[in-house]
Amino acid sequence: MRSSRPVSPRASRAWRSRLGTVTPYALLAPGILWLLIFYVVPVAQMFIFSISTGSLETGFQITYSLDAYTEGLSRYGEQFGNSLVYGGTATILTLLIGFPVAYTIAFRGGRYKNLLLFLVIAPFFTSFLIRTISWKILLGDEGPLLGPLKHVLGILPGDASLVSTPYAVIAGLTYNFLPFMILPLYVALEKIDIRLIEAASDLYASRWEAFRRITFPLALPGVFAGTLLTFIPAMGDFVNAQLLGSPQTSMIGNVIQNRFLIQNDYPTAAALSFVLMAGILVAVLAYARVLGSEQLTG
Amino acid sequence: MAATVAPQRSTGRLMRALEHRALPVFTVLAIGYLLVPIIVMFVFSFNRVDQSLGDGKFNYQWHAFSLEAWLNPLGWPGLGNALYASLWIAVMATIGSTILGTLIGLALTRYAFRGRGMINSLIFLPMATPELVMGSSLGILFVATALPPLRGAVPTLFPFGISTILIAHVMFNISYVVVTVKARLAGFDRRLEEAAMDLGANEWTTFWRVTFPLIFPGIMAAALLAFSLSIDDFIITSFVSGTQNTFPIWVYGIIRNALPPQINVIGSIIFLVAVLLVASSTLRTGRPPR
Repeated sequence: MRSSRPVSPRASRAWRSRLGTVTPYALLAPGILWLLIFYVVPVAQMFIFSISTGSLETGFQITYSLDAYTEGLSRYGEQFGNSLVYGGTATILTLLIGFPVAYTIAFRGGRYKNLLLFLVIAPFFTSFLIRTISWKILLGDEGPLLGPLKHVLGILPGDASLVSTPYAVIAGLTYNFLPFMILPLYVALEKIDIRLIEAASDLYASRWEAFRRITFPLALPGVFAGTLLTFIPAMGDFVNAQLLGSPQTSMIGNVIQNRFLIQNDYPTAAALSFVLMAGILVAVLAYARVLGSEQLTG
Repeated sequence: MAATVAPQRSTGRLMRALEHRALPVFTVLAIGYLLVPIIVMFVFSFNRVDQSLGDGKFNYQWHAFSLEAWLNPLGWPGLGNALYASLWIAVMATIGSTILGTLIGLALTRYAFRGRGMINSLIFLPMATPELVMGSSLGILFVATALPPLRGAVPTLFPFGISTILIAHVMFNISYVVVTVKARLAGFDRRLEEAAMDLGANEWTTFWRVTFPLIFPGIMAAALLAFSLSIDDFIITSFVSGTQNTFPIWVYGIIRNALPPQINVIGSIIFLVAVLLVASSTLRTGRPPR
């Protein structure tokens, strides 16, 4: 390749400048094509399926029917509501738990900083499913938590139960996504120039005032990133509701999974997925507006 | 809040007490919350779940200490095959996504070209899409390749199998690889390359002798991330796996009928290997990866 390069300097420069304009596209092409074919096309295709009718045996025809949407939304409003309530509660809980933790690691971690961060990401080193199963063991009716409370301490009645309640689902979601909240919060807090906070106290701001007016606003990009990283997967999760919940605590993910895998009802699965995606998109945009986009670029 | 009525000094004292006493305690408790399920996983890998002794088939309650599961970690039908498939898919998806993602990362950090904003959005979107949506939409695409009008016009990817899982894993890994490689390339000193060229190296030699060795740690970090995402993926895989098992799919399928302690053994082994990998790379470079 290189040996066939023209030797005259002008020709070489022309060749190189053409190479310069073509190279980035050549580097991008394989990966971007992959994403176009297997990410963009499926999402478009999903929309087409959502306005189609048919079955796996007869094939699907585009009929511009909105039945999948009207049927899906009227039948599964409760599950959409569950997703919103459980996902939203878990997101707020991860923020309430995660912020003090990230603050402590960033400002008071000292030489334990790396160890603490390592412990925060330790759950990632084991499978998501196994961690959720561990929660089921932990919260079980005769498990390590309820067992002693019932039989040794006698605080709870013998038939007390956590598994199959919304509390167990929310606890599982909160647990599974907490590191996704702590890490971006930590990154944002860590970047804060400590002299800004010192300047605030020099100007007679109380510690609370300095936190409210300096630290917290500067941490907002982390709050934004952490909330999205928690809320989006929590809204679409069906594993926690399946393992820790009951049919009454089904989330929209369980419905989509069931429609898709058990009933092969692709139009309804597509319509529900589409509503979920659009809903999340609208929520994210509204949220970005509320927080103020100029603060988030920092 | 009490802070608004209390005098300034006592508020300050309260805040200080909060920061010095309450925050560390809270942090330790929160980290405990994160670690408890891992400890439970490890402890229950030593549980005796023996049907002939009346323990049932579910590893939800403690019966007795036993090394049975550790001595026989693949002792359930299908577990070995599922684990093998998971490892194979993870290796292949890691290689594919690392190559594709690194090329994109290189293009984004070292060339000016039209459409950069669009490319950046395309990289960001998969990370912001619920896995459920990616899984179901990709599954529907694969189904559509077996139905008119696509049937015959494109390769048929239905019924699902290893190849559809692999396509999905490469897809969702690419973005993470690009982000990781880009972070590494951002701090790259271009003068090192210029120096190599000044000393007579051509572009090809410069890339392999200077650029590549410098960005290699970033590529390795990206590959490790891709591998761990791939081997653990359940939600997307569940939509495109059909009858093909992976370890998470197998676990999800079996827990309706049984919960063998072998699941905890495999989980513990994966955990220990990952911790050892991170610990060794931390000791080598003096700081944790990522």
